[in-house]
Amino acid sequence: MSRIKGVFAALKGQRAALIPFIAGGDPGLTATVPVMHALVRAGADLIEVGMPFSDPMADGPAIQRAHQRALAAGATTRAVIDQVAAFRHDDSRTPVILMGYVNPVETMGYEAFAHACQAAGVDGVILVDMPPEEAAEWRDCAARAGIDTIFLLSPTTPAERLASISAASTGFLYYVALKGVTGASHLNVADVAARLAVVRALSAWPVGVGFGIRDPHSAAEVGRFADAVIVGSAIVERMAAKKTMNEMLADVEGFVRDLRAALPAHASRMSP
Amino acid sequence: MSYEQPDARGHFGPYGGRFVAETLMGPLADLERAYAQARIDPVFQAELAADFRDYVGRPSPLYLAERLTADAGGARIYLKREDLNHTGAHKVNNTIGQALLAKRMGKKRLIAETGAGQHGVATATVAARLGLACVVYMGAEDIARQAPNVRRMRLLGAEVVSVTLGSRTLKDAMNEAMRDWATTVDETFYVIGTVSGPHPYPAMVRDFQAVIGEEARRQFLEREGRLPEALVACVGGGSNAMGLFYAFLGDPGVDLYGVEAAGKGLASGLHAAPLTAASGRGVLHGARSYLMFDADGQIRDTHSISAGLDYPGVGPEHAWLKDIGRARYVAVDDKMALAAFHRLTRLEGILPALESSHALAYAHDLAARLGREAALIVNLSGRGDKDVESVAAYEEAQTCRA
Ligand SMILES: Cc1ncc(COP(=O)(O)O)c(C=O)c1O
Repeated sequence: MSRIKGVFAALKGQRAALIPFIAGGDPGLTATVPVMHALVRAGADLIEVGMPFSDPMADGPAIQRAHQRALAAGATTRAVIDQVAAFRHDDSRTPVILMGYVNPVETMGYEAFAHACQAAGVDGVILVDMPPEEAAEWRDCAARAGIDTIFLLSPTTPAERLASISAASTGFLYYVALKGVTGASHLNVADVAARLAVVRALSAWPVGVGFGIRDPHSAAEVGRFADAVIVGSAIVERMAAKKTMNEMLADVEGFVRDLRAALPAHASRMSP
Repeated sequence: MSYEQPDARGHFGPYGGRFVAETLMGPLADLERAYAQARIDPVFQAELAADFRDYVGRPSPLYLAERLTADAGGARIYLKREDLNHTGAHKVNNTIGQALLAKRMGKKRLIAETGAGQHGVATATVAARLGLACVVYMGAEDIARQAPNVRRMRLLGAEVVSVTLGSRTLKDAMNEAMRDWATTVDETFYVIGTVSGPHPYPAMVRDFQAVIGEEARRQFLEREGRLPEALVACVGGGSNAMGLFYAFLGDPGVDLYGVEAAGKGLASGLHAAPLTAASGRGVLHGARSYLMFDADGQIRDTHSISAGLDYPGVGPEHAWLKDIGRARYVAVDDKMALAAFHRLTRLEGILPALESSHALAYAHDLAARLGREAALIVNLSGRGDKDVESVAAYEEAQTCRA
């Protein structure tokens, strides 16, 4: 069983998984591995690591700046994959998902990228600006390397696309909870719950919810019905606000611990 | 030659497509449907034709530049006078079309990215006329070098948002406009200003701009009773070039030249010439095309004296026309463009936009090469009033350094 499958299977009927996001190489390359371990200590079930991109069109200011810091510090796609490999020296259990944009991946080549991910112990990849319609070649390469391809759903996804996106996805589905970019805060929990019911009727994959979850309160609300709660900008902002590495690690660990503690027990739901 | 591009999913060969975040996939499908209906609707086409005639002032003249021709000492140089359009550039052809579509779709708010400010002005103009709200994203560097257009947009009631992250030019303005659109999709229509972006924009913008070439072909035939040897147009994203070229794609005797910005020289790396420098193929702003990026796939900063050409990508149809050999792409640097700017001003009493000056510079050399029996058409895509201050500032800086 893949690490991602294993985590969702173990948590089924208990609580939502917690997926923190950090930008790989932010604020510097040496920060990434220690932060990842801190996230695990705080209770992260999976970790999402951003691959730096000069033009992150789906991201708000917090993650844009994080990408810029990472690039300024010399981070590259390859370097971020290497950080995952370094993380795997001490953690063979926690699934790691890379999230990024198409151009750096195409530049490396789908095949080479998939192999590098496999060798480093990456479990899944999200390419924000690559919908399933354009992803046939990438999905083949990923499948051969045993890498999950996680596609996004959004409030604007027409019902007729839900099934085809689900069919293209492996691992889990990522529901973008609001119309907007990362870091937005206009989350409407009731809307998300209603949409998730529709998604579940059409797909057997676990559904993670991200965008707009910024604190233990919103994590708790979404965690009542989602299979995973994804928190990004709020963590990235805290990292940017701290001066020393130790302060930053302690702060992030404390914040993620609070998020995790807030996740409520799942009333046993009919399995999808 | 049979030429049916793009395919049903917006691909021009391996280029184009729809590379956007999921939030924009539904709205793009809606737009595609609305445009497909409008395109074959005689009412829409009649509205568009009336606006072109009565509001834009079309057809724009095809002008034989006799003194420029004599100066080049070769082929007759005709200018397609898009600079005489209302608002001063070809950009308005497209914004009128998209705004009519926005109205049909019930959208209340237009957003746009702009580099030189011409597309921003053209969008603000149609928004004022239709009573729609308008927000224009513009890189901080471009706001400084195209100040007259910023003032015009504000007078027209548009909000101009300065984009300060990234390279602070056109590409960053486009990122920001896409972020706005993803947030406000229900009420907002995103008016993209060139033949790039996700499907259906490259084909739709081309169709709205195709009036340039349709007119020019007819006008030239009336005038000379034959077709010209060559067409020349500058290429930023590529809309004025596609607009001029499209009606001539099936005329194999007409050579097509797209002129990119070589900035401080192709060898310097400080340019905006993804097709000429053949930097590679990549994905940005929703489409696959030629693109300028580094070994890690990060988009490279560009440079051009003209804000409207200062962009690392290019419309996917140009990538396709390059690969199939139907069009040729060349580049002209800042200095040559500036010389062409002065030349046209002094010889013909026409102040060209710095963007169009790139096409003029190449056409001057090409005319000499083609010889006196030949004729060519240059797309004079815009007027240079907006550039008066920045040309003065540039030349002052050059003199100080010298
Ligand atoms: C006068 C003029 N010409 C050309 C361009 C370049 O755009 P495109 O290549 O889409 O025609 C611009 C863009 O701002 C412009 O203002």
